[in-house]
Amino acid sequence: MTPRITIAWNAYRTMIRKEAVRIFRIWPQTLLPPLITQSLYFLIFGGFIGSRVGEMGGVPYMAFIVPGLVMMAVIQNSFSNVVSAFFTAKFMRNIEEIMVSPTPNWVVLACYATGGVFRGVVTSGLVYAVSAPFVPPTVAHPWAIAVFLLLTSLLFSMAGFLNAVFAKKFDDIGLFSTFVLVPLTYLGGVFYSVQQLPPFWRTVSGFNPILYMVDGFRYGFFGDAGIPVWRSALVIALVVAALTALNLHLLKKGTGMRA
Amino acid sequence: MEALKIEGLRKTYEGGVEALKGVDLTVAEGDFFALLGANGAGKTTLINIVVGLVTPSGGTASVFGIDRAKDPDGAKALVGVVPQEFNFNIFETVREIVITQGGYYGMTRAAAAESADGLLKELGLWDKRDAPSRALSGGMKRRLMIARALVHSPKLLILDEPTAGVDVELRRGMWDFLRKLNGGGMTMLLTTHYLEEVEQLCNAMTIIQRGEVVKSGSVHGLLAEADGRRYRLTLSAAPTAEQAAAIGADEVKGAVAVVPALRDETLDALFARVRAAGLHVLDAAHAQNRVEELYLSTLSK
Repeated sequence: MTPRITIAWNAYRTMIRKEAVRIFRIWPQTLLPPLITQSLYFLIFGGFIGSRVGEMGGVPYMAFIVPGLVMMAVIQNSFSNVVSAFFTAKFMRNIEEIMVSPTPNWVVLACYATGGVFRGVVTSGLVYAVSAPFVPPTVAHPWAIAVFLLLTSLLFSMAGFLNAVFAKKFDDIGLFSTFVLVPLTYLGGVFYSVQQLPPFWRTVSGFNPILYMVDGFRYGFFGDAGIPVWRSALVIALVVAALTALNLHLLKKGTGMRA
Repeated sequence: MEALKIEGLRKTYEGGVEALKGVDLTVAEGDFFALLGANGAGKTTLINIVVGLVTPSGGTASVFGIDRAKDPDGAKALVGVVPQEFNFNIFETVREIVITQGGYYGMTRAAAAESADGLLKELGLWDKRDAPSRALSGGMKRRLMIARALVHSPKLLILDEPTAGVDVELRRGMWDFLRKLNGGGMTMLLTTHYLEEVEQLCNAMTIIQRGEVVKSGSVHGLLAEADGRRYRLTLSAAPTAEQAAAIGADEVKGAVAVVPALRDETLDALFARVRAAGLHVLDAAHAQNRVEELYLSTLSK
């Protein structure tokens, strides 16, 4: 009999391959939209408006918004990749192919999360490349860029999975994104420095997890953070751990999948 | 050894519908086992519990001695399932669907591809291997689901109405294929509404009604004990009302009469009874498939 770890590894490779093929096969839906959207942000906020703003956080405004816009693309794409892939599999019932197999639940979750991280990382590279004609590339701490990129994409992959578990119709997979994700992203310091906010709003912003992601990621580019980097990384890691545990519990119970 | 042992299996869905009310069932290794019942009797619920798509409310199910609740992945590794409804990804190609399923069962891509190619050739899908699954005909989709279920060489194959909507020629071909698998040692659990299929393929059967087992045993044994064989006799002349009553005809249409046989009555004795009424039998056939008779008489009790 095949050892269980071999089953898990081969199942993982199978699912990852399938997900990567899917992402590239439907690239006009997965990779092209963030490129167009973020290019418009660079053009409008960076090019047209940014020239009047001057500097923010000690760097030109155009350069200031690059990490935030990259992070915004990572958040939206990691989330939407997992929520749409998992919900579609539920909706078309081909999730049953996995459910009847000996693929362990942790492998199922790991595969969807890897797919989300993969798309987040690919998108971040593409968006960063698009920013190059507008701003000369600057990197202060590559390790911080890598850590915050991976943690953020992982967190929103897990959030996307959670959303898909409870979604019963296609409308349900857009609600969280529209009413939670987008507002939190815009209020997470993508376009402004939290240090410039009045003390009350600065305190309120502290409850927005996206703020920690954008701030930590920006530290990787400019070497300057409004919040201690270790604190930001810890907050994100804790949320990732909590979401992972919750998703595994729901998978074991079969919530949203088994009658 | 028992390929499948189910004890006291219960399932109550949200809303209070009791689909299974304590079902006991044993499928021996090597059996070609039929699970019969009307729509809504609980067959698919039972199968879905065994394969992990439905959570039971109570009871146990073991596959080759492995308890589904204690070691679900261990039990799943031994089972292949052909579900009633198509549930593959319609955007993927035929070959990719089968290979991917092998991967979910822990096979390397090379091993899964080798197994998939063999199955696609055997099931007449090789020419369609690179076609998207949505482009297949209904019969081809059924065969694709069989190939997908077999890619990892399961010890127990569960087929939930595998020949539904399949034409006669294809159905016979599928029977031959399934017989061959069973002959090679694979245990089969089949649900079907084609009762001829049961008589042709199965050696054991269980009938469930409203979530309870109402009859269980070997197909031959159950048929032997069944009362109510009925024959459609073509007679030498249309019987009169007295002749029809004398031979105990249930129905008469011209010279054709449907006559029930008495318990343990041979055809010779039945024909003698007809001759005694002044008629001759020109032709005789089962009025219904024998399993169908057994099935209907069981459900009507």
